[in-house]
Amino acid sequence: MNNERLQTSSVDAIKPPRTHIGVVGWLRANLFSTWYNSLLTLVTLYVLWQAVPPFIRWAFIDSLWTSTGEECQAVDGACWSVIPANIRFILFGFYTYSEQWRPAIAIVALVGLLVYSQYRRNWKKRLIYIWLAGLVGMGVLMRGGIFGLTPVESTKWGGLPLTLLLAVFGLTAAYPLGIVLALGRQSRMPAVKSLCVVYIELIRGVPLISLLFMSSVVFPLFLPEGVTVNKILRAQAAIILFTAAYIAEVVRGGLQGMPQGQYEAAESLGLKYHQTMRLIILPQALKIVIPPSVSILISAFKDTSLVVIIALYDLLKTTQSVLGDPRWMGYSSEAYIFLAIIYFICCFYMSNFSRKLERMLDTGR
Amino acid sequence: MNQTSPNQTDPATSDDAIIEIIDMHKWFGEFHVLQNITLKVARKERIVICGPSGSGKSTLIRCINRLEEHQKGRIIVDGIELTNNIKNIEKIRAEVGMVFQHFNLFPHLTILDNLTLGPMWVRKVPRKEAEDAAMHYLEKVQIAEQAKKYPGQLSGGQQQRVAIARSLCMAPKVMLFDEPTSALDPEMIKEVLDVMIDLAREGMTMLVVTHEMGFAKSVAHRVLFMDYGQIVEANTPDEFFDNPQHDRTKLFLSQILH
Repeated sequence: MNNERLQTSSVDAIKPPRTHIGVVGWLRANLFSTWYNSLLTLVTLYVLWQAVPPFIRWAFIDSLWTSTGEECQAVDGACWSVIPANIRFILFGFYTYSEQWRPAIAIVALVGLLVYSQYRRNWKKRLIYIWLAGLVGMGVLMRGGIFGLTPVESTKWGGLPLTLLLAVFGLTAAYPLGIVLALGRQSRMPAVKSLCVVYIELIRGVPLISLLFMSSVVFPLFLPEGVTVNKILRAQAAIILFTAAYIAEVVRGGLQGMPQGQYEAAESLGLKYHQTMRLIILPQALKIVIPPSVSILISAFKDTSLVVIIALYDLLKTTQSVLGDPRWMGYSSEAYIFLAIIYFICCFYMSNFSRKLERMLDTGR
Repeated sequence: MNQTSPNQTDPATSDDAIIEIIDMHKWFGEFHVLQNITLKVARKERIVICGPSGSGKSTLIRCINRLEEHQKGRIIVDGIELTNNIKNIEKIRAEVGMVFQHFNLFPHLTILDNLTLGPMWVRKVPRKEAEDAAMHYLEKVQIAEQAKKYPGQLSGGQQQRVAIARSLCMAPKVMLFDEPTSALDPEMIKEVLDVMIDLAREGMTMLVVTHEMGFAKSVAHRVLFMDYGQIVEANTPDEFFDNPQHDRTKLFLSQILH
């Protein structure tokens, strides 16, 4: 007993002074540590005071959530009604109205697959088969034509499914292609090397918009009479080719960061070039470049919205179309905030996952 | 160079050479880093190579498993000549173990996976068998309890012992050591040298680039002294240390032995 009390009192005795811990300590350390810090804190507080209450009033107090466009005219607040009233067009575009449950299920399945794949314990050979089955299933759902599903032409695809389709396929195909290009650029064979260099520099030298234009306007000119390639496919290819060039340069950076000793150790065991790369070099190099790769993937994801210029109705374009409707004109802030939230969730998910991945693969060096 | 020098157990006199280097030259750009190297290594022979830094001793042993390419002369390892034939190079590398100054373990793999990688992918040994062999060699270098850890969690001396075990897992016919203790803290040098002495006792053919003269005296059949890309002197350790022939050897020995 005595002993215990002695210990508690000694712990009390060594507590730091009040002004260095707790709320007061935190305030002092972070907000008022110097005179200019104090000044900045006060200015920031004033700006927040001016901006936040009106925004809350606009967004939540004076706002309407379920109404018609005309009713919105009467109030000062936000007209969130524009979203529920048009949600199905925003999400699915011109997809046959009565069949829109199909893309909805496809999206849920895709999100489910992505979430399932992020856990390391699920990284087995089975995962590849699950993905293949999932992709075929989603394709069947979207396209229809069998199992009594009404066929829906891909020209009618739009909204969120189109954005996710372009992004997920674009990114997953661009990454391996980028790795191949990076390895090619390091090749000792001059032909392979210069081919890769030319490709990377050429693609990086033009904007994505021009590539999309080429794929939709120029490319069909070279096709023989009567042959057409699906427009979505062409846009998809342009996105893949574009993103791969950027990935290639990031991966090359990772390869150059590898110590020579790793190559030598692998070679001196008698490993072949492709084994050395696959088992030793790439696992380490790709781990180093996770943060810049994810940056590229995030920006590529957002760049998919550029397909509007070749008249594909992705998420951004469907939203814009809604705002062109006279009944809902003038509520663009609300619609774009909604859109921004969807994009933010996707991008935030990616960057979160990249941090998690880094922690998972950390082996203490 | 004295090629027929006598040595303790006399493996060199048999004609059963595992490594034969004949009149070999190498340049780095304009720099003539190896000049006129001729060397015959018998099976079970242990050779220590010493010399001042920049004398070409590391480059010499790196030529033996083609981490460096020689430009003139011939190198024959275990009956196979080193040429640009990549199949032959891979064959030779599988038979020649190499231990590096900076260990060069694979940091993304566990110790056990570091050891099983070579046998599984080069020798096509089944995983179970490769793991059993790996554990055997880890016990031999007294580090079996670390099998599940990653290289970054081990001390330098432990890492170097793992590196030696990794080479041994390939059941090599020759082991090359490129300054294996130079990057280690003094108290860790002994644990690595002990492993190497054990290896020598078991009759492994070894070429060791090192400054550990105590190791040379007790383990080597022959000591080679290199300077300016040439083998200046080659002799038994007793002769080499007590009765050096060349002025450059004498100077070098006086500098390192105090």
